[in-house]
Amino acid sequence: MVAKFKREYGSGVDPLTYLGQNYMVVDRSLIPEILQILRNEEQFDYCVDITAVHYPKREKQFDVIWILYSFARNERVRVKTPIADGETLPSSVPIWATANWLEREVYDMFGIKFDGHPDLKRILLPDGWKGHPLRKDYGILQQDNEWVQINLGIESGQ
Amino acid sequence: MTDPKTLSPPSLETHVAAHDDTFLDTNELVINMGPQHPATHGVLRVILRLDGEKVLGLECVIGYLHRGVEKIGENRTYAMFNPYVDRMDYVAAVSNGLGYCEAVEKLLNVEAPPRAQYIRVILTELNRIASHQLWLGTHALDIGAITPLFYTFRDREEILKIFEKYCGARLTTHAFRIGGLQYESYDGFEQDVKNFISFFKPKIDEYEELLTTNRIWLERTKGVGVISGKDCIALGVTGPVLRASGVKWDIRKAQPYANYKNFDFEIPIGLNGDTYDRYLVRMVEMRQALRILEQAVNGIPAGPIMAKVPKVIKPPVGEVYHSIEAPKGELGYFIVSDGSTQPYRVRVRPPSFVNLQALDLMCRGQLVADVIAVIGTLDIVLGEVDR
Repeated sequence: MVAKFKREYGSGVDPLTYLGQNYMVVDRSLIPEILQILRNEEQFDYCVDITAVHYPKREKQFDVIWILYSFARNERVRVKTPIADGETLPSSVPIWATANWLEREVYDMFGIKFDGHPDLKRILLPDGWKGHPLRKDYGILQQDNEWVQINLGIESGQ
Repeated sequence: MTDPKTLSPPSLETHVAAHDDTFLDTNELVINMGPQHPATHGVLRVILRLDGEKVLGLECVIGYLHRGVEKIGENRTYAMFNPYVDRMDYVAAVSNGLGYCEAVEKLLNVEAPPRAQYIRVILTELNRIASHQLWLGTHALDIGAITPLFYTFRDREEILKIFEKYCGARLTTHAFRIGGLQYESYDGFEQDVKNFISFFKPKIDEYEELLTTNRIWLERTKGVGVISGKDCIALGVTGPVLRASGVKWDIRKAQPYANYKNFDFEIPIGLNGDTYDRYLVRMVEMRQALRILEQAVNGIPAGPIMAKVPKVIKPPVGEVYHSIEAPKGELGYFIVSDGSTQPYRVRVRPPSFVNLQALDLMCRGQLVADVIAVIGTLDIVLGEVDR
């Protein structure tokens, strides 16, 4: 599988292994195609998780990660793509229905938008909340004070 | 005031003419359930769209219990974060701890010694039974059978007693450490587990006697909340729900962790993917957990309980995903290390959160009373959904 991807996409796909776990770093432009191929041709029919990591010092600030599993092959693979702040990704809801809530959580926590998501809104935090807490520049004690004052009628939640 | 005598009785003609056609018309009705509702097992809010008593669709509103566990993880050292994971799925705290400890161990490239592995498996399987007992009690209570609640809580107490004797805590146990165990098993631990096995075996029959052929139970669970194996996979649903839909997949067998490959046990599967099958699957899982316990408790080897782990845990730069079969499904930890004492990112892949997404599909076309049954059968814990 890795050899085939390497042959077809060259430097756009970088397959790696760490601690016996396979993952590939994929260029943002190839993401829709690669995910579709993994689902349809390589039988990765179960999307375990979608998440992101924030690296504020990098030019491309976010790594978005898809953790996939194939029942037929009993194998896991991670797909990772670096994107810049404000850049969007295509939604994978048409590929895996489970992506719906997982993408909403990534949006809620990191502010990464997914194009074509059926209902992209916050999931864990309230709708009117400002800020995305899992970004590294969001402090551990920080909160949306304005929201707290208006909705809870208290000065601060801390 | 009008004199009552002057009022003439309404004539049938005018009554029929004035009859409002829309009265009793089954318009769609949107109603709110929760977040404070006894049958949502915590603070789950569900917005239901109904046609009469039929559910057309629903939307879950979650996040009421959000504590920012993942953010806390980034601000604590690896060892300090360990007790926090117990607070996610608080009825299966031991499983949470096992998944986290194993993920960090993988990052550190160490393995817990065999004795620790055995004790870990014993405690985790005891916790699986405790979690299923709590599920059975509350699920049956939601549907209207009160007795199982008392039976299961009575018997769950025996498991909590073992936890308490082992580590001092009953629910949020913090039983494991990165690299093995903090505590050696107490005197009489093996005997306590053996006593529990012989005590609990007939109790499962007792539960089944109450429910398995009970006509009300059958009416309320058979054909309710049906989901196919294909839909389960598309929605990422795992655990007993997936197995009840006929997919024979259990991480303990598929990608064994701890030392599960040493034990002989079966994975039960259902045929119809309805609430009744999920009930049966969990009942068999309890029996299988006893089988694992029996083998484990008779095979605990001697030896150390801690691997060589530095006092200050500093895994090399890298990332790892490790998942275990928690009582509710696949519980995964994705940890990114930047070489410091604190994880750069901890992502928890919670089974309850992902399974809850299937609620909409499972409830469509069912009656409003069945929503309660389906929430119960999904076995969600809101602490884990919201993290």
